Amino acid sequence: MKLSGSQILIECLRKENVKVVFAYPGGVNLPIFDVLYDEKEIEVILCRHEQGGTHMAEGYARVTGRPGVVLVTSGPGATNTVTAIADAYMDSTPLVVLTGQVPTQSIGNDAFQEADVVGITRPCTKYNILVKDVNDLAKAVKEAFYIATSGRPGPVLVDLPKDVVLAKTEFKYPDKVYIRSYSPNYKGNKWQIKQAAESIMKARRPVIYAGGGVLASGASQELLDLAEGMQVPVTQTLMGLGGFPGTHPLSLGMLGMHGTYWANMSIHHSDLIIAVGSRFDDRVTGRVADFAPGAKIIHIDIDPTSIHKVIKADIPIVGDVKVILSGLNQILKFSENGQSGKNQAWLSQISDWRKEHPLAYDQGDKIIKPQYVIERIYEATRGKAIVSTDVGQHQMWVAQYYKFDRPRTFPNSGGLGTMGYGLPAAIGAQKAFPDDLVFCVAGDGSIVMNIQEMATAVSYNLPVKIAVINNKYLGMVRQWQELFYDRRYSSSYLGDGPDFVKLAEAFGAVGLRAKEIGEVDQVLQEALAVKGPVMMDFQVDEEENCYPMVPAGAAIHEMVFSDPEEAEPKKQGEKEQKKADGVLTA
Amino acid sequence: MQHIISVLVENKFGALSRISGLFSGRGFNIETLSVGPTLDPSVSMMTIVTEGEDRIIEQITKQLNKLVDVIKVVDLIEKAYVERETALIKVNARPEDRAEALRVADIFRANIVDSSPNTYTIEITGDVNKVEAIINLLRPLGIKELIRTGRIAIAREEVKIAAVRGNLDRRVLSGQAK
Repeated sequence: MKLSGSQILIECLRKENVKVVFAYPGGVNLPIFDVLYDEKEIEVILCRHEQGGTHMAEGYARVTGRPGVVLVTSGPGATNTVTAIADAYMDSTPLVVLTGQVPTQSIGNDAFQEADVVGITRPCTKYNILVKDVNDLAKAVKEAFYIATSGRPGPVLVDLPKDVVLAKTEFKYPDKVYIRSYSPNYKGNKWQIKQAAESIMKARRPVIYAGGGVLASGASQELLDLAEGMQVPVTQTLMGLGGFPGTHPLSLGMLGMHGTYWANMSIHHSDLIIAVGSRFDDRVTGRVADFAPGAKIIHIDIDPTSIHKVIKADIPIVGDVKVILSGLNQILKFSENGQSGKNQAWLSQISDWRKEHPLAYDQGDKIIKPQYVIERIYEATRGKAIVSTDVGQHQMWVAQYYKFDRPRTFPNSGGLGTMGYGLPAAIGAQKAFPDDLVFCVAGDGSIVMNIQEMATAVSYNLPVKIAVINNKYLGMVRQWQELFYDRRYSSSYLGDGPDFVKLAEAFGAVGLRAKEIGEVDQVLQEALAVKGPVMMDFQVDEEENCYPMVPAGAAIHEMVFSDPEEAEPKKQGEKEQKKADGVLTA
Repeated sequence: MQHIISVLVENKFGALSRISGLFSGRGFNIETLSVGPTLDPSVSMMTIVTEGEDRIIEQITKQLNKLVDVIKVVDLIEKAYVERETALIKVNARPEDRAEALRVADIFRANIVDSSPNTYTIEITGDVNKVEAIINLLRPLGIKELIRTGRIAIAREEVKIAAVRGNLDRRVLSGQAK
């Protein structure tokens, strides 16, 4: 029996076991929506903006490990997804983005709602393809899912002209994918794994530096085995949090620009860095020339381009993190060095560093400190929530103060730093796990970047709890301006508003507000008692900064811990004036 | 240092822009690029001449190899190879210059492929030094127009890059971590 392209597409999605599609209809993809109208197995979540929908798919993918699927129309529908696609590309998040396209005969004619989406997204997709013939459709979709999820995962875009989804042909879904030019290497070189094992046995000051690759390959258990078996402390990247239990005694927390002092000192003074599924991002390394001067580097990554890109690896191992770590553990298990306590002096040195500069903030008795809110959220959720964030100070505070114990519980925008990621990602995560508690921690600046998705949360009754850390500023921008631009707060002051409580109510959600420290717990408890989506407005100290911090251009052990002019009395009048200037230029 | 990178790619629309986009997006420079189909019409061979320190070239070869449409990447500079470039050079050929133009063409075994009352168009094929040399000799006559194909190169002996369907793998012969 012959099926239309639209029917074939939906059949493909069923074969790929897709349960949810984040979508927005338009002229050229109406044939697909028409098929979806009768579809029982695949749920369509109507987002309110295609960027939001694509971030939802990212959130879904990040918490499940399965590809997020997006369906949008041509032209503006497709171009609206670009930021989120770039975000997924940077964070190696598997997505399949299905874009409508004008009919093949109109392509190139500047037709209504036409855009060269394959051209536009070429640099920010792992792969993309324009399907020009309905007979190629099933194969294209099969390959899209395969490419998106294999090797280093990433977004794949399939562009679907209207005549192709209307045309009919026999449906045949390929069983296997064979792409002669694409075959990721999972195994890793045995000799190099052996070399790595020997280095780990010899090392006296080893550190594991674990990134998102641990989550992508599902290697948390192998990582735990390695760390415990060899007594090696573990520091994690922003993307890697949750891959190793944050409450574990061997956990050093995050490293890098806003990492912990002891994590950065450990890296700086180590004699062996075991980089696992991480790519030496510039937010991690600080000044590259002075990165870990005495350390030998083992670098495990599935993507060969990550190796030697920033830091020269002494033992590069290309392959899947899970496979390689279990191979490594096999070798180490039979060695006698395992529990010999050779790293004991090192661990106690780290514990001294931990005491020297703990994560700290000065909570007075009235004004709420943002860090306090994060700590109370951690307490209120007993560390069990999925927490998405936007981008900025609040994101770093969550990374510092929320101890993620489980993998895939911290969807946030790492590589691209996309404001507006948090709310839709939380919605996607909640859709994936309806019974889990999902928090979105956002800033008052970033939350409004995709605030329209409140409507999505309300209409599908997805009970995400949104905590707005409201400091009336673009906090991280303000912090940089304070430290590096002589407090000239150019266009970073947002001022009052919107009124987040009324805004939540306008969308049909519940809005709550805390202005003083005593109200924080109360607001959290109220929010947790509500069955639907809640937006909490935490009005926090406006000028709190995120510390510790490695200033841009410094090496990672050169951290600052507090405001350089802390002791200096604040010039109140001048500050007010600058706020006014900020409003004028905003 | 200059490198000549052979890239075997699927002969699909968009493959060329994927590759040139990789160079521009990452700030790598392309000196010349030429492309055409191979024995197997589903596969094209590109020759890219580029310059950079080892670290950059390693990134270029790895990044190229990572593209889904790329079948194989070889940096020929580490091999024995043969290279050729073709140029069409339109020179002034006023009556008093004609003998000189012909003489130069003859020395280089170049062909006159077009002539007009005032010009000759000379076709030259050879390695890049030869092409440069003839251009330098013709320059005094007055070159009106010049077009070059960019270099193509092929490895000597056993290093076969272009192959037939089903007999291809994705190994990078150089530049990749072993």
